[in-house]
Formats: sequence, C-alpha cells, structure tokens
Amino acid sequence: MMQLMLQYGFYLIVLVALAIPLGSYIGKVMNGEHVWLSRILSPCERAVYRVMRVRADEEMNWKKYAVCAFLFSGIGFLFVFLIQMLQGVLPGNPQGIPGMSWHLSFNTAVSFVTNTNWQAYSGEAQASYLIQALGLAVQNFVSAATGIAVLFALIRGFIRVKTNGLGSFWVDMTRTVLYILIPLNLVISVFLVSQGVVQSLKPAETVELLEPVAVDAEGNFLENAEIDLENGVVTVDGTIVPDADIITEQIVPLGPAASQIAIKQTGTNGGGYYGVNSAHPLENPTWLSNLVEMISILLIPAALCFTFGRNVKSKKQGKAIFAAMFIMLVIALACVAVSEQSATPGLAQEEAVDISMNDQAGGNMEGKESRFGIAASSTWAAYTTAASNGSVNSMHDSYTPLGGMVPMILMQLGEVIFGGVGCGLYTMLAFAILTVFIAGLMVGRTPEYLCKKIEPYEMKWAAVACLATPVAILIGSGIAVLVPSVSDSLNNSGAHGFSEVLYAFTSAGGNNGSAFAGLNANTVFLNVSLAVCMLAARFAPMAAMLAIAGSLAKKKKIAVTAGTLSTSNGMFVFLLIFIVLLVGALSFFPALALGPLAEFFAS
Amino acid sequence: MKAIKTILPKAALLFLLFTVICGILYPGAVTAAAQMVFPDKANGSIIEVNGKKYGSALLGQQYTDETHMWGRIMNLNTGTYKDEDGNAVMYASPSNLSPAGREYKELVSQRVEKIRSAHPEKGDTPIPVDLVTCSGSGLDPDISAAAADYQAERLARENGRSVEEIEDIIEKCTTHKILGIFGEETVNVLKVNLMLDGILE
Repeated sequence: MMQLMLQYGFYLIVLVALAIPLGSYIGKVMNGEHVWLSRILSPCERAVYRVMRVRADEEMNWKKYAVCAFLFSGIGFLFVFLIQMLQGVLPGNPQGIPGMSWHLSFNTAVSFVTNTNWQAYSGEAQASYLIQALGLAVQNFVSAATGIAVLFALIRGFIRVKTNGLGSFWVDMTRTVLYILIPLNLVISVFLVSQGVVQSLKPAETVELLEPVAVDAEGNFLENAEIDLENGVVTVDGTIVPDADIITEQIVPLGPAASQIAIKQTGTNGGGYYGVNSAHPLENPTWLSNLVEMISILLIPAALCFTFGRNVKSKKQGKAIFAAMFIMLVIALACVAVSEQSATPGLAQEEAVDISMNDQAGGNMEGKESRFGIAASSTWAAYTTAASNGSVNSMHDSYTPLGGMVPMILMQLGEVIFGGVGCGLYTMLAFAILTVFIAGLMVGRTPEYLCKKIEPYEMKWAAVACLATPVAILIGSGIAVLVPSVSDSLNNSGAHGFSEVLYAFTSAGGNNGSAFAGLNANTVFLNVSLAVCMLAARFAPMAAMLAIAGSLAKKKKIAVTAGTLSTSNGMFVFLLIFIVLLVGALSFFPALALGPLAEFFAS
Repeated sequence: MKAIKTILPKAALLFLLFTVICGILYPGAVTAAAQMVFPDKANGSIIEVNGKKYGSALLGQQYTDETHMWGRIMNLNTGTYKDEDGNAVMYASPSNLSPAGREYKELVSQRVEKIRSAHPEKGDTPIPVDLVTCSGSGLDPDISAAAADYQAERLARENGRSVEEIEDIIEKCTTHKILGIFGEETVNVLKVNLMLDGILE
C-alpha cells in the first residue's frame, strides 16, 4: 500500500518539478527573449521569416490572427484529407494499404487538425508510413502549436494596453515549433527507441510462432485443436476439421513510430501509431517508456500555467490556475485508482481469482498490461482525459463502471483540467472570467481580471467558449442514439452500450480522442457527426478567446484597490473549481445517470 | 476577402515548411539515430537464434501446451494481415468487454475452471488475475510474478524438471521493480518458453 502511494505521488511530483522550469522557458520563447537554444535555432527562425517574407515584429489584430489560424488549419485539413484517400497510389506504403474512404478520411483529417486524434481507423492496418509521418505527425506538431499560439495572443491581450496588436500568428507558430516542440520531441523519441519503441522504414516483419494456432474457415480460433503440421490437418476431439487454416507466423508491425509517439504525447494529440495506442508493447514497451510518455501528456499544459503567471507579471495568478487544475486532477486520479484496484465481483469470482497486490498488480486487469498494472494505468487514464490527449495505455472500455466514468467526466468538464496544449488554458481562462463575473455579481463589485474590466462583450464570448463542449457533446450523442444504425456499432449492450456512444461524443466534443474502443466508429454517420462535433468544439472557443483578447488589449489597466476581488487566493481557486464543476454537473448528470451510474447500480 | 488573398499563400507556405521540418527532417533524424545506436530495438526486438526468428520479445503469443508457460488471455485476429505468400498471420486485439457485465462473469468462470483443472497441485488457491484477463493491447508479452509462480509446479511436472529449475528460469526472465518501488514485477513468457524448450540459454 505504502509503495503504491509512493508510486502515485512520484508521478505527480515529477510532473510539477519538470513543468515549472519548462514554463519559464516557454515564457521566454513567447516574448522572443534569449534562451540557451537561441544560438542554434535563431538562424533557423530567421530563415523561416525570410522565406515567408514576414517581419518578426509584425502585429495582427484579433480578426487577422483568427483568419490566419483558421486558414492554416484549413490547408492542413485539405492536405491530410487528400493524401489519405490517395495513399494507395502514393509512395511510402510498403504494406500496400489501399486509400481511405471519403468519410473515414474526412473524420481522420478533422480529428488531427483539431488536435483531437480520435481514431476510427487502426494505424498499422489503415495508414501507410507516408500518411503517418507526412500527414498525421505533422498535424500533431502544428495543431499543438496553433493552440499554444492562440494562448500567447490571449496572454498579450491581458498585458497590453490600448492597442490592437496581439502579435503575429506566423511568428508564434514558428517559435513554438522550433524552440519548444522539435527539441523536446527529439530527446523523447530517441529515449523511447532505447526502451524498444520501433523506428524503422522497413516493412513489417513476420516471425515464427512457438505454438502454431488453427482457425476454422470463418477465422474462429479452434481451441484444443491437434495440429499435424506436415500434412496440414487439424483435428478437434478426434474429428478432422475441414478447411481449417494453420497459422505458423505472427506479424511484427514496424514503421517510424517513436518520432510520432513522442509528439502525440507532448502535443496532447494522442493518436497512437498502432491501433491500441500506448498499450501496444512496441509503442510503450517498459515502465520507463511509460513514465516518459505519461509525464509528457501533461508536461506542456501544466508548464503553460506557469508561463501565464510569468508573462502577465504575476506568478501568483499562474499558480492559482495551476492549483485549481491540480486539485481536480488529484481527486479524479484517486477515484479511478480506488475503483480499478477494487475490481468487480464478476472478476473476483468469489475469491477464486486473486485480485490482491501480492507479487502482482491485482485489481481489474481486464484491458490492462502487466507491466503497467493498476497504478500506471489509472494515472495515465486520469492524465490523458484531464489533458485533451486521449492516448491510452489500457482500454477504458474495460474499466469498472465508476473507474470509466471519471475519465468521461474529466472530458465533459470542457478539457480545462490542464486540457490541450494552449487550448486547455485559454478555455480555463474563460471559466476564470465567468468566475470573476459571478463572484462580482454576488458581492456587488465590478468584475475585473488581471486589472482589465470584464464587460458584457467578454462575458458573451466566454460563455461561448465554456458552453461549446457541452453543447457539442449533448446534441451529438442525443442525435446518435436516435439513429438506428448506431446500435449495430456497439460492442456491449444496455447501459454500457449507451456509455460507449456517450464516451465517443464526449471524446470528440472535448477534442480528446480517447475511446471506449469497443464501439466500431468507422461508419458514415459516426465519422461525419463526430467530425462536426470536433470542429465546433475546437474552433468556437478559439474564435471566442481571440475576440476576448482583442477587446482586452484595447482597454486601459485599472488600478488595484482594496475593493478588487483577488484572483490569486484560495477563495478564488475554490470558486473557480466550483464553477467548472457546476457547469459540468448541470450539463451532464442526466446523461451519466443513464450510462455508467445505471451500470454501477445494476452490477 | 483581400486579407484572405494575402494570408492564404503565407499559410500554405508555412504549412509546407512545417511539413518539411516536422514530417521529413525530424523523423529522418530520429530514424537515423535509432538505426545507428539501437538497431535491434528500433526493428522490433526480434529474438533470432541461428538465423530463425522466434518472435519479438515484446509481443505475446498464444500458449496452450501443458509444457509451456501460459500468458494473458488472447483475442486472436487472423483476418487483418497476410505475409508475402498470402498466408494469414497472427495478430491480436483487446476484448473491450466491461468487467461488470453478466457475460463477462460467465467467461471468467470458464477460464478459472480450465486453469484449475490444469493445476491440480494448486487446489483452491486463488488464480492470479493476469491469467484470466485479456490485456490492453491483446499482445501483452508479460505476466505478473504471481501468475508465473502459480504455474511452476505444472511446468516442473510436464517438463520433467524440478520446481527449483523452473523458478530459476522464471527469475532469469523477470523484470524487477525499479528501486523495489516503481513499476511492476513481470515475467516475459516467450523467453521462459524458449528456455524451457532449450532454444535460449
């Protein structure tokens, strides 16, 4: 028990210890200050500006900034959409994978451009090396960078006075990619290869099976089969099975995996190289590789809180936001860990199955890897859904009812508990604006945040940002359960089946991308409807926060007086958590009651 | 509209630059480093003895032989991949079943029965949970130390070796917790079986 607590504590402490220095590094990069990598990277940065014919000190107003971000995303979408459909005739495809259908390609392109990485396809079977590296991995970088760039613009909105300029989208993107994402991911990918993650351009290998297996004509595995390899005859209980197939080889899928896995973790993208994501032993082979991948999920989102504090010149403000997020994360983690360690009566089999912690992880090991056990799996589940990452190292569909509900709630809260890189924090700042407004109403003070007056214009846009996620999720899953074809996609029936649909739309609406993977999501209706949810949840808050940034930058600063409501004390942290939970609970309680809660009370 | 005309070419240009940097230079640099410094690991950690590829140390296989150690429950998939000659090859996927369902309870109870009948020495000792559950990848190469120890007597009996010898082999294939705290105590099943068969030392 003590060891287990140490393990959970360690995961949290490492995160904070790395996030603080990274936060101040990112703050310097945002302002174009000198950092230790400048000597190598600033010539590259200048070269990019020269090719682009832009000035490093260009200033854009909020509308131009938004148009840049949207057009840039649109071009990325078109490119990925087209090359996926054409992958069959493009090079870099040693497995000879055919092109994707239009709806799968649409869904996947939207998913990667919106930093969601919902995957209705299975990477090793449906995406060629070219698509993975040139299409998807590039979007992993640039969709993450777009989120960070928009956050930078918002921070400038708070600190600037009586101006229209929010900085340059081109410059913010270039600096984010060159100074933050590329160096961090180079280090992480090489480390991952040292642990056994593949990074190869060779086609998949086949290896001998130690015990050949037999399948019947339909491909069903034959248990208790006697296999005569020389004559190719399979007998079960003395009778020969006609048309049985003897399988003597296993496939070892290869590809440029490590380089993509690093960025999908650090950029809160989450789209696995392999279909089962970081549960796959070639994607995440050891406890150490798991530690690095898991910390990477929250590293930049947590660091950005400290960047925020540093660059608005009041570290307390950043710490307050961080504290609110961290407290919610720890509570969620504890709930998942306890639920998974206690398993279910169905698994315990009245003590016929050992779920204790003696020489094993114990607990609910269905859908979990032995090398991760309960601790590393639960922590990952909480991290990945708190951040809008969505990568998994265990199958959330096989979690206990309550253990699987917590990740769902974390996403439904709007992906603001750290959330996606950049977008998590800018949406959380929308909640902060909402909080000062509500608190201001209660005590009769003019709402203000970081010395800027909060007026109806800001309030309207903040409400759009806060409500985009719940609206997208609830309307989406509401329509989906009415569509008859959706029920054919389910892997489980009843309440758990409803949870699978709710989880899918939650994941799309939270731009998260994790899945209750039993749902077969590759259908026209689900591909298109989920893509629409992802677009709404990504771009509505982005536009809203840029509008707020533009309006704030124009305002003058007001002096702090005795009447100013503090936004860095415990009271504010408490209120902020309260507002986040209130919006989430009011929106989602009815839906949760029909899904995971119903299943919990029935089991 | 005019603004869009000036922005669009810039957006396309930046996208092109990032595609080159993040899609070609970055993975190229990582691949070069990986193939130079960690060639075995970068190519799937394949166990090769005398020119024959006996599997990847990182991918689980299905073992049902009484002489072999058994791994996690597998959900085999033979429909997705073919080798160069068009023969089906084995892969596996997770179950994605809810552990709270009624069918699941039935499924586990069948597994319990089968494992108990193969291990008469263990009597009513509870079966370590790893042996009755499907893993997250469906390809878990490991089981817990408890799940390995549970099978030691059967392996000794079926292979004509002493329990100590079997425990010795298990120990050689065990990954220990780091500093005795972090991670899990796991046993690589393929390596154990290759040692039992005398292929690996």
